[in-house]
Amino acid sequence: MNFLKRTIPLIIAFTMGVLMTLQYYIPHKLSQDLLEVVTRWDRIIAGFAVFIGAYSLFHLHWTRIKRKVEGWGYSVFVYFGAIITLIFGLINGGKFFWNDKQEGTMFDWLYYYIQVPAGATIFSILAFFIASAAYRTFRARTRESTVLLIAAVIVMLGRVPVGNYISLYIPAIADWIMAVPNLAAKRGILLGVSLGAVATSIKIIFGIERSYLGGGE
Amino acid sequence: MRKDTDFFILVFSVGLFVCTNIFLMASGKLPISFNGFGIVLGAGLTLAIYSFLYKDNPAFKIAENLYVGVSLGYTIIIVWFNFLKPDLYDPLIVPFFSEAAKTPQYTLLVPSLLGIFMLLRFSRNLAWLSRWTFAFVVGLGAGISIPRVISAFILEQIKPSLRPAFTGGETILSSIDTLLILLGVTSVLIYFIFSLEHKGTIGKVSKVGIWFLMISFGASFGYTVMARVSLLIGRVQFLLKDWLGILQ
Repeated sequence: MNFLKRTIPLIIAFTMGVLMTLQYYIPHKLSQDLLEVVTRWDRIIAGFAVFIGAYSLFHLHWTRIKRKVEGWGYSVFVYFGAIITLIFGLINGGKFFWNDKQEGTMFDWLYYYIQVPAGATIFSILAFFIASAAYRTFRARTRESTVLLIAAVIVMLGRVPVGNYISLYIPAIADWIMAVPNLAAKRGILLGVSLGAVATSIKIIFGIERSYLGGGE
Repeated sequence: MRKDTDFFILVFSVGLFVCTNIFLMASGKLPISFNGFGIVLGAGLTLAIYSFLYKDNPAFKIAENLYVGVSLGYTIIIVWFNFLKPDLYDPLIVPFFSEAAKTPQYTLLVPSLLGIFMLLRFSRNLAWLSRWTFAFVVGLGAGISIPRVISAFILEQIKPSLRPAFTGGETILSSIDTLLILLGVTSVLIYFIFSLEHKGTIGKVSKVGIWFLMISFGASFGYTVMARVSLLIGRVQFLLKDWLGILQ
């Protein structure tokens, strides 16, 4: 049983890892077809994964409703929003879900008038929190924090017309900060992260990194 | 006392919102149509979410939970139409019922089975089968990423960093920029080497790396703030233009 539970997954990861690494270096139609097939399989599996997320969220809110925990009434709105969207999505403007997606249906209406405004507003509200957090915590106590503060202020001013009114140099300096020191640091971080990703991938393929198998037997 | 005040503010705000919409629709500024009701709904959600800036309140919580629910429903439907239907249902299931002489793509049974194995995570006895799926996905991701990360994120990033600073034809400032980028990349990489003690030359170079990182963090912060502010401007424009019709 241990073979099925632990060894087979390690063999699958090793086989897929080695196969897909080699695939990149083989410029043959068969190799390209293989990549196409497995990425398609991956998309299908990812599609199934969404149902795990959906189940978890529904289960969480159902438990809140069942146990009548404080604020359980708000969980009803999660169900309400999800069920309404699912129903209109499946009806698909009268053509039903087994046909191609239709445009201009109630499903799109829900997207344009609930998801888009609510999503944009939630993200825009962060402008207030960032400003408030920055006001409370940004202090030019050390030379490094002063540099950070100055860079932030220049980039912010350089992106709005008022920066241009103060000095014509501010937008130019903001562009230079983005294109030179920012690029250099980002590139350094990216190189480090990439080397780490390659190392982790090799560890996964050779079964050294097994945390994806989870605990238990 | 405080709770009564909050309740009064909530009722007053809702009342004002309803009256405003009745006025806008009666005066013809908002069409009495699906689009008109959509704008009202969007405006209501926007105001409900912004009400959190005053304090946490029922209007915000309703909007937040509704958003989560709609997003979940939307994701499931889009996954069906964009992935499961064209990649699985159409080539595997449809041929069984269609009169056209198309054979089902039986190879798609493999990802279907792996997908079902993943759902078995909820079963106490068969949860171990989900490991096969995770192993497939993780192994595939690792194999695909190794050569591509090396090519796109390592080699392609090193190449412009090691560009000659003086080739003729460029300005002195662009040459200085090229050298600065090389210095920045090298010093940041040295800063992240934790297996060496940051003393002497290493310490000095890593200090330069910290300065580059600080400038980058500051720039990223400024950039993020401005992106959020532009979203805020978008929402205010929606309220003033699409909903109230004040801006033209």
